[in-house]
Amino acid sequence: MIGYIWAFMILSSLVVSVFEGKAEATVNAAFAGANQAVETVVGFLGVMCMWMGLMKIAEMSGLISIFSRFISPVTRMIFPRIKKDSPAQKAISMNIVANILGLGNAATPLGINAMERLNESNPDKKTATNEMCMLVVLNTASIQLIPSTLIALRSTFGSQNPSEIILPVWISSVITAIIAVSVTAYFGRKQNVIKKRK
Amino acid sequence: MINRISGFAVPFMIASIIIAGLIKKVNIYSCFSQGVAEGLKTIINVFGSMLCIMVGISMFRVSGAMDILIKLLSPVAKLLRIPEEIVPFAIMRPVSGGGSLALCTDLFTQYGPDSYMGRLVSVIMGSTETTFYTIAVYFGSVGIKNISHSLKCALIADFVGIMVSVAVVSVFFS
Repeated sequence: MIGYIWAFMILSSLVVSVFEGKAEATVNAAFAGANQAVETVVGFLGVMCMWMGLMKIAEMSGLISIFSRFISPVTRMIFPRIKKDSPAQKAISMNIVANILGLGNAATPLGINAMERLNESNPDKKTATNEMCMLVVLNTASIQLIPSTLIALRSTFGSQNPSEIILPVWISSVITAIIAVSVTAYFGRKQNVIKKRK
Repeated sequence: MINRISGFAVPFMIASIIIAGLIKKVNIYSCFSQGVAEGLKTIINVFGSMLCIMVGISMFRVSGAMDILIKLLSPVAKLLRIPEEIVPFAIMRPVSGGGSLALCTDLFTQYGPDSYMGRLVSVIMGSTETTFYTIAVYFGSVGIKNISHSLKCALIADFVGIMVSVAVVSVFFS
């Protein structure tokens, strides 16, 4: 899909540039874009890596499992049909915490582990259960304590206060997550009704 | 107040992580450098698609094609009351992480990170995810073929995320 978008961008640019008489400038823009990608990455690499280093300490010191005990009431509210302290519930809690801490590298394996646990009790191994849908939607609605890439990028571009967006990001992502969970729960219930009719 | 909370979050996080590491007797120094190496790997993974999109977007903008797209989409943007300049970014956001990072960079260069547009794109970037990638990885890993209502719900969530971000930014930075 992204391949088509990319092809569309380049081909339509070339076509438009001929009509607008900007063919040469457009070709030069390709090189400028490549350079800008390198400059940007070099610019925020340091801050980004620093956060990844700190988060590795958080991971290794067991902060994930401490926090996941705190949020287990929330997990149980979102996944009411999953048993308390079951491996699935623990895996889901740890996945959510890893996401909140911005541990992308840890969150994905933990999330896949949770998916495997959920699939164990799935009667139809090829069809997603409501719980699986909920877990995936939760992972696409990111709640992050420190949006580190973003802060790094903002400081690269000379922001006076790169971390001023933290609180707005929290508020926006919590509201979004609550709505996402409600929407998913609603469609899940609808799905159950359809199944019962069959 | 806003700046205080946002500003305290970072030093608080750093201090508590290091203290937790010391209490649990983790080798914090080697953990840190291991994390740095992993971060480097993550960046290398997104760098390919980032450069691709940066090349594409740079051509797209200079050629004038971007202006045409924005013009075409501006009725939709007006209807939703979102600034038309962020519409291409909003479309890219669920599709590609590197691509949306590239478009975010592009808006930062044009308007600056502390402008209304810069803040808005920051908040959207921070409160949404690469939906298609996440769905592919999570369901792919356990061999699920029928993904039920998840894509629909995730895209609704992305849309809501953008609308909420617009509202939050205008309340916070007015």
